[in-house]
Amino acid sequence: MAIIQCENAGFAYDGRTVLEGVNFSLNAGDYLCVVGENGSGKSTLIKGLLGLKKPDRGTVRFGDGLKSTEIGYLPQQTQLQRDFPASVGEVVLSGCLNSLGGRFRYNREDRERARKNMERMGIEDLEKTSYHALSGGQQQRVLLARALCATKKLLLLDEPVTGLDPVAAGEMYNLIKLVNLCDDITVIMVSHDIHAAVRYATHILHLGQKQLFFGTAAEYKESDAARRFLGGNRI
Amino acid sequence: MTIVQMLSYHFMQRALIVGVLVSLCAALLGVSLVLKRYSMIGDGLSHVGFGALAIASALHLAPLAVAVPVVIVTAVLLLRLSQSSRVKGDAMIAIISSSALAIGVICVSLTTGMNTEVSSYMFGSILSLSRSDAILSVILSLAVLALFLLFYPRLFAVTFDESFSKATGTRTELYNTLLAVLTAVTVVLGMRMMGALLISSLIIFPALSAMRICRSFKAVVLCAAGISAGCFVLGTVASFFLETPTGASIVVADLICFGICSLLGSRD
Repeated sequence: MAIIQCENAGFAYDGRTVLEGVNFSLNAGDYLCVVGENGSGKSTLIKGLLGLKKPDRGTVRFGDGLKSTEIGYLPQQTQLQRDFPASVGEVVLSGCLNSLGGRFRYNREDRERARKNMERMGIEDLEKTSYHALSGGQQQRVLLARALCATKKLLLLDEPVTGLDPVAAGEMYNLIKLVNLCDDITVIMVSHDIHAAVRYATHILHLGQKQLFFGTAAEYKESDAARRFLGGNRI
Repeated sequence: MTIVQMLSYHFMQRALIVGVLVSLCAALLGVSLVLKRYSMIGDGLSHVGFGALAIASALHLAPLAVAVPVVIVTAVLLLRLSQSSRVKGDAMIAIISSSALAIGVICVSLTTGMNTEVSSYMFGSILSLSRSDAILSVILSLAVLALFLLFYPRLFAVTFDESFSKATGTRTELYNTLLAVLTAVTVVLGMRMMGALLISSLIIFPALSAMRICRSFKAVVLCAAGISAGCFVLGTVASFFLETPTGASIVVADLICFGICSLLGSRD
C-alpha cells in the first residue's frame, strides 16, 4: 500500500501552471530525492504534499493511515530564525505541537519524545543553549529533531544541507539515512546535490515544470534526464 | 511626601494596579510582535485608536466601547493585508495610522477643539482613570494574560516558524488573529496611560531589553514581563515626585533599562 500517491497532479499560481503531470507513488520506508533546477516546481510540490497548496489538477493522496498533520517538515531556514531567542529544547519541543490536540500544555510523553530525538541527533547537551548561538550544521540537526517529533511516518525536507560545509552536510545526510533505515520513516527530500541524491536515495523524482523522470536511483543514473541535467556527464 | 502617602491616594492605587497589568500584557505580546517583525503595529494601532476616540468624543459616545472594536478590526485587517496585498506591511501600517490620526485631528478641531480629554489620549493620563474604566481595564488585561498563557506553546511555535506550524496542521491564521486581537485590546488600554504617541514603547522596549540578556524564549518572556512592570512602577513613582508627565517618565525608565541590558548583554 502506497503511503503517498500523486496522480497527474498539477499546480498553478494565478492560473499560470508551474508544475504538471506529476505521477509517482511511494511505499513506506522509501527515500525520495526531488531534484531539478531553480523554478522547476520543487518547492511547489512540497507545498502540495504538505497540503499548503491544493493541486489544480489530478490528486495527491495519502495512504497507510497517514494524516496530513502527521508529517514531519524541515523548511528552508529563514533569516528571521537566525537571531531568535529560543533554547534548543524549546525548538525541539515545539515539534510536538500537532500532538497537543485540545490540550494547552505539553505533557511528559511529549517531553520524553523531544528528549529522545535530541539524543538521536546528538544534541542533548545543547538543550539549554540558545538556538542562534549554534553553527549551521547544529541548527539543522535541531530542526531535524523537531521534525522527528512531529512524525512517525513521513519526513519532508526542503534543501536541508544548503549553506552547510561539506563535513556538516555529510553528517546531515547520514543522520537522515539513519532515520530512514532504522525507524522506517519515509523521506522526501528536495536537493540540489544530485551526487548525494543518487547515493542516499532509493528513488529520484526529476522536475522541470513537469515530471522529467521518476524511478529508482539506479535507473536514474542511466537515464537521459540525469545526463542532460549534468551537461552530458554520467554520474 | 513619602511613598506611603503616595499610595494612600485612590487614583494612585488604581493607576498602579491597572498600569502593572497592562504593562504585563504589552510585554508578553511585545515579544511575539518584535520577533515577527511587527514592532510598528502597536504604533499604527494607537493612531487608529486615537482617531476612533476623537470621533467617539465628537459624537458623545463612550470612548473605550468605540475604540476597542475599531482597533480590533484594524488589527485583523492589517495582519491579513500584510500577508497578501501588494502594499508591504510596514507601508500599510504607515498609511492607515497617519490617515486615522489626520481624520481624528480634523474631527476634533471641527467639534470640541483641542481640549484636555483629547490631549490625554495623545500623551496619556493614567492618574485620571475613572473607577469604571479601571475595572474594565483590569478585566480586559486579565483576559489577555490568561489567553496568552493558555496558548503559549502554540504562540511560540507560530512565532518561531510559521511554515512549520502550518505544515504540521496548526491553524496559524487563527493564532495570528488571536495575537492581533490581544494586541488591539492592549493598545487601547495602554493609550489611557501612555497616550497614542508613546504606547508602542511599552510593547517594544521590554522585549528588546530582555532579548539582550536572555537565551531562551521562556526567559525572554518572563524577563520582559518583569522589566515592563518594574519600569512602569519606577516611571510612575518618579513622575509623582518629580512632577513629570507619567507616560514620558515610563518611556525614559524603559530607555534606561534598555541601555543597562545592552551593556550587560554585550559583555558576554
